[in-house]
Amino acid sequence: MHKHKIKEKVIYCFFLFNGLVVILALIGIFILLLKNALPAFKDIKVGEFLFSANWNPTSYYKEVYGILAMVVSTFIVTLGALVIAVPLGIGTAAYLSDVASPRVREIAKPVVEMLAGIPSVVIGFLGIVLVGPMVAKLTGAYNGLNALNGSVLLAVMALPTIISLSEDALVSVPKSFHEASLALGANRWQTLIFVRIPAASSGILAACMLGMGRAIGETMTVLMATGNAPAMPESFTDSIRTMTATIAIELGEVAYNTTHYYALFVIGLVLFIITFIINMVADIVLENYKKKTSY
Amino acid sequence: MKMMKYLAMAAAALLFAGGPGRAEMLQIKGSDTLINLVQRLSEAYMQKNPGQKIAVTGGGSGTGIAALVNGKCDIANASRLMKKNEVAQAGAAGIDPVQVVVAVDGLSLIVNANNGVDGLTMDQIGKIYRGEVKNWSQVGGRDMPITLYGRQSNSGTYDFMMEVVLKGDYSPKMNQMNGNAQIVAAIKNDPSGIGYVGVSYVKDASGIKVLKVAQNVNAVYASPLNIDEVNSGVYPVSRPLNQYLSADASQAVRDFIAFELSPEGQRIVEEEGFFALPQAYKDYNKKSGF
Repeated sequence: MHKHKIKEKVIYCFFLFNGLVVILALIGIFILLLKNALPAFKDIKVGEFLFSANWNPTSYYKEVYGILAMVVSTFIVTLGALVIAVPLGIGTAAYLSDVASPRVREIAKPVVEMLAGIPSVVIGFLGIVLVGPMVAKLTGAYNGLNALNGSVLLAVMALPTIISLSEDALVSVPKSFHEASLALGANRWQTLIFVRIPAASSGILAACMLGMGRAIGETMTVLMATGNAPAMPESFTDSIRTMTATIAIELGEVAYNTTHYYALFVIGLVLFIITFIINMVADIVLENYKKKTSY
Repeated sequence: MKMMKYLAMAAAALLFAGGPGRAEMLQIKGSDTLINLVQRLSEAYMQKNPGQKIAVTGGGSGTGIAALVNGKCDIANASRLMKKNEVAQAGAAGIDPVQVVVAVDGLSLIVNANNGVDGLTMDQIGKIYRGEVKNWSQVGGRDMPITLYGRQSNSGTYDFMMEVVLKGDYSPKMNQMNGNAQIVAAIKNDPSGIGYVGVSYVKDASGIKVLKVAQNVNAVYASPLNIDEVNSGVYPVSRPLNQYLSADASQAVRDFIAFELSPEGQRIVEEEGFFALPQAYKDYNKKSGF
């Protein structure tokens, strides 16, 4: 009896530990970022860092650290990705859950999920050789290394998340909604648009936000495909340099424990906070949605 | 129990196999401009000395020098000189860096093959890259905006252009590309583009045009493809390509560098599209003990 109890306790602790590892890792990363980021503000004014659009740590004259242009760039390319991926993703999800035959769904869903497994460097390469030249031709620009190119590629990368989670949300809408709508005389199209999608809306919203989180944190693809010009972008056909690309480009050669080094960690911290907020909001929305739909 | 014993033996065998092998492997890291050349040199050297293993990786001059200072490589490839703060960091880490010049590069300004401009002065190139001249019509070309292509800040070529040609900051609108090959590919597709790359990257490239460069409006427009104009200094943006090693580097490191500087090594330098060392640089290397 006694032995049995110890065994149970050990197993309990083992699983508790497993659960804690993830949380500890998250807290650890946050503390590490904070510790390496804060010294930057000994030499840089916080206001200048956040609201100046000039970033040039290797300047010929005087190094300047302002992240506004790259924050705007990150949001522009993400916004573009969402404009493309959200309608396409919800449309595909609605097709899979409501229109496609079970056989088609069985094949199509794993295929969509496989899209998530394509390495970002491959997508970036496609951006250089295929999507970029197409974007250039369509927009009449001289080259396709710009925000629009990045948006198209990030949309492809965010699609699997949006489709898969939106489809889950649509499928889990109670059958009674569907039946009641049909019984009232609505056809399948009206039922989908006016009953099922609104009923699944918070699940779909959460799916889009997680897709957005994916797009904001993506590095390799934007690094390869958007040209990395550090200027403040004025349109979608301007070359941009995102926060992630800046860290990736400069961290390799920066001297340790310099202002430049610390400043790169501040960018990491800002990025961490942005994705953290997005994921948290998505989680809260999803949680509310689960409560609302458990009848 | 028996199983454990075997496992322990296997682990020990792995450890010993890994130990001395790693020590023999020469690590060379740095400049993207030099990577193809040094890779060819190391292949030729390994063929002659089968016992020696050499790994050559890129990352940019800054990355290579940082690795040398941190003791993570034996030789740093650098298309620029070490900066003062890098020398100071090396000193703090107990490393005394020695510079060797292995080849000469005529840094090449390239445009799309359909661009009407054939040559630029140093002053014009500086103005273009600083963002002061924004249209090809301002330098004798068609009415077309100029799209700038350059390297990233970890590149020695980026620094060289900034220090020698721009003498100021790059336009923030410049596209910052990952390497020489990417710039060549971009210029091929972009009729409005201008870029700068090591001369070995333009010799066999199609779809691009190598611009002639003049020191000023009254000077000769010279080509980086002409060895006499590069060696005599008429071509204004030629530069030495360097390797840095630690003063207490092993004999294996020194033997490899000696091979690079030998007639055989210098022939590979020329085959790769760079220029062999003129006497002045040979004398310079002698002072470093090579």
